[in-house]
Amino acid sequence: METLINKFRKVAPKAAMVMAVAAGAALQGCSNTDGGNTSATAEGVASDAASAVYVAPGKHDELYSFLSGGFNGQVSVYGLPSGRLLKIIPVFTQHGENGYGYSEESKAMLMTSHGFVPWDDLHHPKLSRTDGQTDGRWLFVNGNNTPRVARIDLTTFETVEIMEIPNSAGNHCSPYPTNNNEYVIAGTRFSVPLDMKGGTSDVSLDKYEEEFRGSISFIKIDKDKGDMDLDFQILVPGFDYDLANGGKGPSEDWVFFTTYNSEKAGTLKEVGASQNDKDFLAAVNWKLAAKYAKEGKIHEMPANYYHNKLDKDTHTAQSTVKKKVRYLLPEECPGMMYLLPAPKSPHGIDVDPSGENMVVSGKLASAIPVFSFSKMQEAIKNKAFDGEKNGIPVLKYEAVLKAEVKEPGLGPLHTEFDGKGNAYTSMFVSSEVVKWKLSDFTVVDRIPVYYSIGHLMIPGGDTKEPLGKYLVAMNKITKDRYLPTGPELAHSAQLIDISGEKMKLLLDFPTVAEPHYAQAIRAEKVAPNSVKFHKLDENKHAHAVKKEADVSVTREGKNVIRVKMTAIRSHMTPDNIEGVQVGDTVYFHVTNLEQDWDVPHGFAILGANNAETLIMPGATQTLKWVPKKEGVYPFYCTDFCSALHQEMQGYIRVSPKGSKTPIAFSTGKKKQNIPGVAASH
Amino acid sequence: MKAYQKVLMVVAALSLGLLFMFPMWKIYLKAPQYPEGLELHIWVNKLGGSSESVLQNFNILNHYIGMEPIHAESFAELKYMPYIVIFFMITGVLAGLAGKRKLVLSWSILLMLCGAAGILDFYLWLVRFGTNLDPMAAIKVPGMTYIPPLLGNKVLLNFEALSLPSWGSLGIFLAITISCFTYFLSLKGKRPHFLSRTPKAALS
Repeated sequence: METLINKFRKVAPKAAMVMAVAAGAALQGCSNTDGGNTSATAEGVASDAASAVYVAPGKHDELYSFLSGGFNGQVSVYGLPSGRLLKIIPVFTQHGENGYGYSEESKAMLMTSHGFVPWDDLHHPKLSRTDGQTDGRWLFVNGNNTPRVARIDLTTFETVEIMEIPNSAGNHCSPYPTNNNEYVIAGTRFSVPLDMKGGTSDVSLDKYEEEFRGSISFIKIDKDKGDMDLDFQILVPGFDYDLANGGKGPSEDWVFFTTYNSEKAGTLKEVGASQNDKDFLAAVNWKLAAKYAKEGKIHEMPANYYHNKLDKDTHTAQSTVKKKVRYLLPEECPGMMYLLPAPKSPHGIDVDPSGENMVVSGKLASAIPVFSFSKMQEAIKNKAFDGEKNGIPVLKYEAVLKAEVKEPGLGPLHTEFDGKGNAYTSMFVSSEVVKWKLSDFTVVDRIPVYYSIGHLMIPGGDTKEPLGKYLVAMNKITKDRYLPTGPELAHSAQLIDISGEKMKLLLDFPTVAEPHYAQAIRAEKVAPNSVKFHKLDENKHAHAVKKEADVSVTREGKNVIRVKMTAIRSHMTPDNIEGVQVGDTVYFHVTNLEQDWDVPHGFAILGANNAETLIMPGATQTLKWVPKKEGVYPFYCTDFCSALHQEMQGYIRVSPKGSKTPIAFSTGKKKQNIPGVAASH
Repeated sequence: MKAYQKVLMVVAALSLGLLFMFPMWKIYLKAPQYPEGLELHIWVNKLGGSSESVLQNFNILNHYIGMEPIHAESFAELKYMPYIVIFFMITGVLAGLAGKRKLVLSWSILLMLCGAAGILDFYLWLVRFGTNLDPMAAIKVPGMTYIPPLLGNKVLLNFEALSLPSWGSLGIFLAITISCFTYFLSLKGKRPHFLSRTPKAALS
């Protein structure tokens, strides 16, 4: 490591200098706790940065950006260039703010074959595509820990579908959408001993090499509705599959995966998986795979995985359990899959907008190899093979290599493109972004980032036509960047202007949990389709009531009470309920009668063991409540809705078990001039 | 009456059809929390607005001050007005075809009277809603009434209300203007020297 750093200092004195200065600033931080701007890092900011990111109050940002929240299981939506946080979309996590994962309607979204799993590690957002460009319809994201792929509908910014991925363990190289959303492709990070029944076998851990396998899943996307369906899987050698990216233009039938642990080590991978000088880039012809799947090369095995979908008319999620999965074996499907040797422990794989250059970043390598798609095709034609692994041909490194970017920096991870012939690679160890030319593979610029950058993102930088104006660096560590908040500090995203020759730092903003990867899209592709409210007429929820005259409180069976309630500014109907007994399961089905933008109503009740629920205009949501003690409990609206919001409340009386108190409910005592209130007819 | 005058009269009668194609009147409400504004559209046969649910949103706002909810069903006018309009359209066409000056004049005057009655009715309607407030209302401002302007704008609490005739009213305006014009043209037709001069002028 020592020699590597020295070598690096020689070739990149500027970056080393910045590192030294940054380290100095960090050391001096303790005597500088007043939040002053004496930090050396402020010097890197472009002089016109403020005006470049200023979006006047009331004006809209140019771009939406979708940042993964990593271990918070959410996606956060920021406007660019302002860096304003617009929304947090819960995906794999319960969200007390709106009851996602708590309400009866949304609980099913988090169901898996392992039961209710209200957390996951969300890594990669990917926008749906048309003709190789982002189309602003859906956002696909992966859950790494309990393998899942979710779809967010960008008309409502809601998670509308989550599918569990069987035969996968660590859904990391996921989800990659093909250029017209034909498939969303997801690979496993950890290989496991598949029992060929949808689970893993009870196998001795010494048997990694013989028994462990990975899988790559092909999820078919309905081209109009976006609905997902697991079409088939390819069972692949027991490596670790890390990242995925796809071809464009000439290479658009292909998808590529970086792998590590070609050693097939099952323990202390830090060492065991770092022995081979070369690991692999796995290239899969997805079109050919789909053809083989259709043509009878396919096998079938039992499986057990959940597929959860939110119905847009009932606002209710439902789970289906799928019982089988189809799979292909690469050794039976010639031409479908090849392995390209890649320098030790490669991380990112990124294909440039032309579809010809495949950039593989070896996080431990000192150079960035760039493979050529046309050379790869040539090598396949000439059978320039260097043996095979599990029946998959391994191509000769020299036969596919186009060039190496020499001495780019330390710890290259990910590369995105500006569409103007330049590539930008994040350097984790040396905390910088390095710009290099795709024409001659020389480094032309570098800029420090603060600190430990993982992914970087250029809007559309992974598509055919990037918008080469901004770059967002996503950093893991923010020592000294913001006011301290105890041992845990905010992560950060940094906005860099890449419109000119030199990169210029414009802005950094704290993010919600770890900004792992991001996507951005021009606002006009998304904003005009945004739903303002749900039409009450189209609400098909089983317990919806569309006018106050229809509200009801009924006892079902022995101890279930159903309250069908409405909310409108500024009252709930009914707001007085009696006849509930201790131990009853009370379902509050609340319909928001509003038909106006931005008027949700919340519903919360004292002592509920879950959360509140937030009901969008025109929708119905259900909160379950089991009173444990007799008494009178207030409930109220939590979302400030109007001048009389405070008064939007009611009471429910709970009597002892077996009590004779009859069920009764009301709102107001006399006929009132309140729109739609159930008058005493 | 000349043929072209008959045609003009028919056009006058048919222009009332605009009432079925566009609202007669629009009331615009604007407040800081309604940057997009709320528009109530009054048609000859229905109530509408800038969005489907505009009435509900009007009523939600109005309930704070205890105003009676506005529903299309509360206005008998909306039920019979279309028949009156159709009556005028048919009689107007007939008057045109008959080519009788006096019929045209009577039709115009009757239409003017009806229009005036309509505006009066509309005004009374605004007064009724603006002053007939529930004593139990949440917001009570002493001495305050909420009569929207008949024409023009007025500030009501935090709302700026603007009331203007819309394209449908143009139908009535056209019907009256064209029929009166037709009537005067036909008067001219009675004096031969007017007519005899015209072709000469054209020739010269």
